[in-house]
Order: sequence, then C-alpha cells, then structure tokens
Amino acid sequence: MSESHEIEVTLAGDTPAAQELQDRIIRSVEEFGFSDRDIFVMRLAIEEALVNAVKHGNKRDPSKKIFVRCQVDHQKVWLQIEDEGDGFVLADVPDPTADENLDKPSGRGIKLMESFLTSLEYNDRGNCVTLVKHKD
Amino acid sequence: MASGKRRLDIETIGDVTVAKFVDKKILDETNIQIIGNQLFGLVEDDGRKKIILDFSNVEYLSSAALGKLITMDKKVKSAGGKLRLCSIRPDIYEVFAITKLNQVFDIKDDQDQALEGL
Repeated sequence: MSESHEIEVTLAGDTPAAQELQDRIIRSVEEFGFSDRDIFVMRLAIEEALVNAVKHGNKRDPSKKIFVRCQVDHQKVWLQIEDEGDGFVLADVPDPTADENLDKPSGRGIKLMESFLTSLEYNDRGNCVTLVKHKD
Repeated sequence: MASGKRRLDIETIGDVTVAKFVDKKILDETNIQIIGNQLFGLVEDDGRKKIILDFSNVEYLSSAALGKLITMDKKVKSAGGKLRLCSIRPDIYEVFAITKLNQVFDIKDDQDQALEGL
C-alpha cells in the first residue's frame, strides 16, 4: 500500500457526489487500518462539516462550490473543507449544551466534531475548516 | 432512495408503539427528513401517545437527526404523551452525552426496560 492517499474534489452542492466522496474517504480510512471507532468519528465529522458548508456556508446556493482536500496515512486523517460563503466567527456560535439551548433542534455539529476529533480549526474568515483525527 | 419507503418498523405492544429505525446510518439530510416525517406522523396522523424509539440497528447518527428527535419529543409532550429511547449503542450514546441530550430524553437500556411503567 502507498504511504498515503490523497483526495481532492470540488462539489457543487449535489448530494450523490457528496455521498460518493464520503464513501471514498471512509474506504481509505478503512484501508489504512483505522478502528471502527475512528470510522464512526470520521463518518460523523465529514457529514457535519459538509452539511455546515452547504447549509450555513454556501446557504444552499447551487452556484457556489465546496472544495474538499483529504489526506489519509497510517497515523492520521487530515481533511479540509472550504466553502464560498462569507464565513462566521466561531466564538459567536451559541453553546448547544447551555440550559437555554438544550431543546433547540440545531447547532450541535461543531460541538460533536470538537469532541470526537483530535483537532478542529477554522481559518480567520471562517469559510474553511480543517479536521484532524489521529489513529486511536 | 424512494421517499415512500418506510424507515421505521412499527410494532404495537398494548397501548405502546415501538418504532424501530430500519437504517444503520441516520446521517444524510434527505433520509433524516423522511425519517422525521414518518416519526411525526405517528403523533400527528395516528394519534399515538406512548412511543418507544428503538435504536438497535443504528450505527451512525448526525446532529440533524438529533434535531428531529428533539422536535419529536416536543410533539409527543404537547400531545400529552410519552417518548422513550432505547437500545442505543455506546458510540451513539456518546453523541447524546456530549450534547447533554441524555438529560433531555428518557433513555433506557433495552425495549423491556423502556416498556416498564410507560
């Protein structure tokens, strides 16, 4: 097996292509011997990050694209997802676990990614997120 | 995926409805929308009041699915009913724990425990 897999895809907000991409990344993660737990985390994180890019970043504008870069090796999965939206300020996102937000139906994706991943970082503009998961 | 396909296996035990998720992955928005509509139909169309959601088959769950469960809980409560969740595997339970939704939902280990006293 090669030392790493690199995947680079541009999505135009279409679900089958996004699904295909997720499956492709997960296949790589499996091939590099990551645990079931890591696969669980990556499936969840890819879904949350892509939904955020489509919904909150590009506001479901079909003319806007999403750029995905991913590298999987024996130690880690590195994934970067960039949308064409205006971005956001992470500090402005309400804490979904605060009592007043517990029964709100949305706003938990970032919290889940932060908890499960090794690291989660946004660029200054807030339109590009980098996810890293080290092997368990 | 056909929108008409049932995403829930429904069983009635006495006056309790047990709805078991068919899917292993409750991740993508389209699927979650369909599942949400079928869940809400149990309360809004069928008038069911005591509902258990069985997660035995579920291996993956996203935050969008949590949103549907919260809305479902509100609908059941406002209809004067009760909602319980059961048979949630550890990875998925962690999703509930991280988001503190294990404090919002009535979660039981298995279907027998969920049926007790409902």
